[in-house]
Amino acid sequence: MNRNRIKIQVENLIKDFGSLHVLQGVTTAIYEGEVVVVIGPSGSGKSTFLRCLNKLEETTSGRIMIDGKELTDPKTDINHLRERVGMVFQHFNLFNNMPVLRNLMLAPVDLKKCSKTEAKARAVAMLKRVGLEEKANSYPRELSGGQKQRVAIARSLCMKPDIMLFDEPTSALDPEMVGEVLDVMKELARDGMTMVVVTHEMGFAREVANRVLFMADGQILEEGTPEQIFRNPQNPRTKDFLNKVL
Amino acid sequence: MIDLFSRYGRVLVTAMGQTLLLALYGLFFACIIGLIVGIMSVVKNKFCRGFALVFVNLIRGVPMIVLAYFIFFGVPFLFNNVLHVQNRVTLTALQAGSICLALNCGAYMAEIIRAGIQSVDIGQMEAARSVGLPYWRAMQRVVLPQAIRTMIPSIINQFIITLKDTSILSVIGFPELVNTAKNVVAETFLSFQTWGIVAIMYLIVILLLQWLAKVLERRLKYESK
Ligand SMILES: Nc1ncnc2c1ncn2[C@@H]1O[C@H](COP(=O)(O)OP(=O)(O)O)[C@@H](O)[C@H]1O
Ligand SMILES: [Mg+2]
Repeated sequence: MNRNRIKIQVENLIKDFGSLHVLQGVTTAIYEGEVVVVIGPSGSGKSTFLRCLNKLEETTSGRIMIDGKELTDPKTDINHLRERVGMVFQHFNLFNNMPVLRNLMLAPVDLKKCSKTEAKARAVAMLKRVGLEEKANSYPRELSGGQKQRVAIARSLCMKPDIMLFDEPTSALDPEMVGEVLDVMKELARDGMTMVVVTHEMGFAREVANRVLFMADGQILEEGTPEQIFRNPQNPRTKDFLNKVL
Repeated sequence: MIDLFSRYGRVLVTAMGQTLLLALYGLFFACIIGLIVGIMSVVKNKFCRGFALVFVNLIRGVPMIVLAYFIFFGVPFLFNNVLHVQNRVTLTALQAGSICLALNCGAYMAEIIRAGIQSVDIGQMEAARSVGLPYWRAMQRVVLPQAIRTMIPSIINQFIITLKDTSILSVIGFPELVNTAKNVVAETFLSFQTWGIVAIMYLIVILLLQWLAKVLERRLKYESK
């Protein structure tokens, strides 16, 4: 982690859905190469927070800066920015109408990031990296949940992102498949990817996270190293939550 | 009946040709209208959605026979007798009929296309956007190909309905099958035989269409495999 470079800066982020105040002033800074795990009860706004970071949700007010570029600034090319911020979803969201390899090549080729040959080479390399090169020609429906999620990670990596967002990447998986996905994520973290991970996998948080954020009611109520949060939580809400999940 | 067909077969088959021509024109423009209005009803822009909503409900709320009279008689009347435009506006029955079918079928197609797009999991669009694809690209590459597959049966069904609806346009004097058959009955007084033949002709064309739809559907399923 590089303490001298702030990758994502969030200032007083507020997000309302109509009269529902989902994010009520979130402020934090995420450094280059940092792995931040976000925990908190269901409905506390974790997904919404993550989705604001690549503008899948419009923010109501506040500022989000990625590499110093303001997300809400109309001059910022949002598509260009999204190429550099990968997102992995709970339900994988692989493109069902094309085989695995085309899933990986679609955006790089369509956006003319590189030639078709290069895109293919990179796609194959990324599949190898997640251990699925033999599935290149399979359709998403032919894969297990764990395989789908690994393909989804590979798809994001094909755009050479420098930030990866994960929204409960293992919550929809059968228990025996959680490990294979977490392993891929751990390797990414080791390679220095900046990661924001919403998860209930406390083992993963302990092992990989530089920092844990506890969110409730649309706010970050407590943050610290995994050690601090899991061993010695200060906020009663954090204690209460950890008692329930650990 | 065979005797009648040997005498009037050529006339009736030509009329069926006119029916198909009218249906083809109507369906062609209906597809364009349907696609545009269908997509308008799913985009973020409130004006687009509002327009689509009003259009669809307006067309659905008016019987097609009224729409036909309105376009064929009403619209030229407005231009010529109320607004007094320089060049007289005239519409042929084929033009008015095509417009009428296109609007009517287009509204239903828009609904089919809207439902088709909405049946695709929102996550598909979100995933496409988050790898950096712009909205239209994501629509074109990811959402629409999946939507079309679910829409095919409804679209074919709508085509068949529209083909049958051409008969309503006999009221504006277009020489399609029903209109022609009326003339045949007027000449021969053989209503049972004439309408029997007409029914069978419609049936044959529609069965052919259904068969084509089945083949198409199977082909699409096969391709997606
Ligand atoms: N698109 C939406 N429209 C309306 N309410 C939403 C929407 N998305 C999320 N919410 C609401 O925002 C709150 C926070 O949701 P979410 O961010 O998904 O929480 P979490 O991921 O922590 O479980 C919930 O009450 C949820 O119902
Ligand atoms: Mg969530």
